[in-house]
Amino acid sequence: MDLKRRDFIKGVACSSLLLAADAPSVFAAEPRKTLSSDALGILYDATLCVGCKACVAACKQNNDMPPDHTTEEKLYDDPIDLSGKTLNIIKLYKHGAGTEKDNETGYSYIKRHCMHCIDPSCISACPVKALTKNPKNGIVEYNKDACVGCRYCQLACPYNIPKFEWLEAFPQIRKCQLCSHLIKKGKISACCDVCPTGASLFGNVNDLLKEAKRRLEMKPGEENVFPVASINSKDTTARPAGKYFQHIYGEKEGGGTQVLFLAGVSHEKLGLPKLSDRADAAVSEGIQHGIYKGMIGPVALLAGLLFTVYKNTKKDDK
Amino acid sequence: MADNKPLGGKILTKPFLVCLVILAIAGILLIKRLIFGVGSVTNLTDGYPWGIWIAYDVVVGTALACGGYAMALLIYVLNKGEYYPLIRSAILTSVFGYTLAGVSIFFDVGRYWQLHNMFLPWFSQINSILFEVGVCIALYVLVLWIEFTPSFLEKWKTEKYLKIANKFMFIFIAIGILLPTMHQSSLGSLLIIAGQKVSPLWQTNLLPLLFLTTAITMGYSIVVMESILSSLGFRMPLETPILGKLSKIIPRLIVFYLVVRFGELIYRGQLGLALNGDFKGFMFIVENILYLIPVVILFQSKNLTKPRMIFIAAVSMLLAGSVYRFNAFLVGFDPGPGWHYFPSFSETMITLGFISIEIMGYLYLVKKLPVLPVLRHT
Ligand code: SF4
Ligand code: SF4
Ligand code: SF4
Repeated sequence: MDLKRRDFIKGVACSSLLLAADAPSVFAAEPRKTLSSDALGILYDATLCVGCKACVAACKQNNDMPPDHTTEEKLYDDPIDLSGKTLNIIKLYKHGAGTEKDNETGYSYIKRHCMHCIDPSCISACPVKALTKNPKNGIVEYNKDACVGCRYCQLACPYNIPKFEWLEAFPQIRKCQLCSHLIKKGKISACCDVCPTGASLFGNVNDLLKEAKRRLEMKPGEENVFPVASINSKDTTARPAGKYFQHIYGEKEGGGTQVLFLAGVSHEKLGLPKLSDRADAAVSEGIQHGIYKGMIGPVALLAGLLFTVYKNTKKDDK
Repeated sequence: MADNKPLGGKILTKPFLVCLVILAIAGILLIKRLIFGVGSVTNLTDGYPWGIWIAYDVVVGTALACGGYAMALLIYVLNKGEYYPLIRSAILTSVFGYTLAGVSIFFDVGRYWQLHNMFLPWFSQINSILFEVGVCIALYVLVLWIEFTPSFLEKWKTEKYLKIANKFMFIFIAIGILLPTMHQSSLGSLLIIAGQKVSPLWQTNLLPLLFLTTAITMGYSIVVMESILSSLGFRMPLETPILGKLSKIIPRLIVFYLVVRFGELIYRGQLGLALNGDFKGFMFIVENILYLIPVVILFQSKNLTKPRMIFIAAVSMLLAGSVYRFNAFLVGFDPGPGWHYFPSFSETMITLGFISIEIMGYLYLVKKLPVLPVLRHT
């Protein structure tokens, strides 16, 4: 069996093509996950937010997170971004002098924490099931006893949410887990619970979506009733509707998320990434499964290799 | 097999001592990392959670260690027995490259004492590309050491075990071809889930194919480079005829790669990004010029008899593959505004420390074990 060079190149090309990329299976994404009817989440409405940061403090308290100091005096908990010490933050978008609230040429708040994606990249990435999605309420939870600290979840998350404790000898990944420990006790997430204006609203995601759509239809300036803390609570507040940017961020982004954002400014300006409707996890797993076809590919290849190598080594022995 | 002999000679040579000093510094820094955390020695951040430890030690390092794999493909799959004299030293460099990639992962991950979770079935997450890469690499390290055992057995003159080892070796050789095929392509797939964080110049669904092809090409190039360097370093005759023949494969693989790479970029309409005038575009051009150099050199058959030319071509290919991997993982990776990464001094020293162990181990073993082909053409 004397192969010519051309055959060799062809061989390499074909086997790698076979393994790596036969077009249809590569580009056909997996049949993907959809929103469960019991999914819990948060609707953050920037037009209602007054920037009091009560939610930031409540989050720290209820999740036993240490204060984060970014000034030299170390007087206050003053995080400038999410970190291994801060799971939830209120950020400010400002344009120029920034006097008018909820306006592109003014300013706006935006809350940032884990989006609890419907088809999360972090879970697809994690090699050891340290991140899991609760099959009922869809909360993306973290288990430090599984985690190896590889930080692939950080690389994968399109929102840069998982944070790592860089200066710890025994570090963990930190991120909002939607206060799942409180939810287990029948309570709601701490940040929504303390929110005085209803800007952070807890509830069933389908209800929150309906509420978001209702708000987008309101006439700016017209008095409306808004629920406070939880979509099911009796507590409400009446105030003039904001001038909404007509988009519910999170409804479709990256396959959808359980945290939804409404604002008076385009979401891109608020620092939220522009994502396609398809989850990266779907693309990635589609390719991987396309290549391996349920391990049939590798097993067949191994069988072929065993045969060829055996034949070729035996001949050498003689 | 009688072709391979220990070289003998002094162990504590100058290059060996230089490596020892670098290793000592790296050792101290690694202790610092264990006590004060990964962040105490690296410039890694939540935006750039992977830096040169992954990009160089693992992604580039294992590709540079593909000599054993590439030669096995040629010798055992395509039945080109004539290349057999080159396989031992190729496997030895693979053993080191891969073992050290494994060791470096241990220091890179934050929760190293739980690293074995990857192998516990109840923790295994089979959709994770990192899971596949991790398990494949770990298994391959094991297989490589097994493939290397005949060198030990010959040295110890244990005929009986040597016979047994040779009888079953075909199984490990076959597995040793399967595993790199899987994880070298998956190293590319690792980036797919990072989606829009990776520049369209590098983010493509064909990453697995591109990574695999370049890994194999790098494998042949490292064999050529290493053989010429050893011949010069240990004052042995050059293996020019066989290396020249081996070098013929390289440009053909590169051309295949470039056709896929550019065809895909044109298909997606992203090639224009290369001419943006920014750093990413510049690095893309550098990367591809490095691929073209060996193509230009090696397609001229007169160059195949010139050790200097095939050496330059091999080095250029190795740089091309390395720059490609760096570009995909670091240069082309942009987690959003406000994040920057450039490796710290300590981080770089630790990587140099790992490279030093590799060189020291290689120098030691070729002197003590029958690895290198000695005086084949009289
Ligand atoms: S936002 Fe990031 S961390 Fe949160 S679920 Fe989505 S991918 Fe995971
Ligand atoms: S750092 Fe932990 S949680 Fe994140 S991907 Fe790695 S093992 Fe999973
Ligand atoms: S849901 Fe809980 S953990 Fe998440 S941001 Fe709100 S308070 Fe923090």
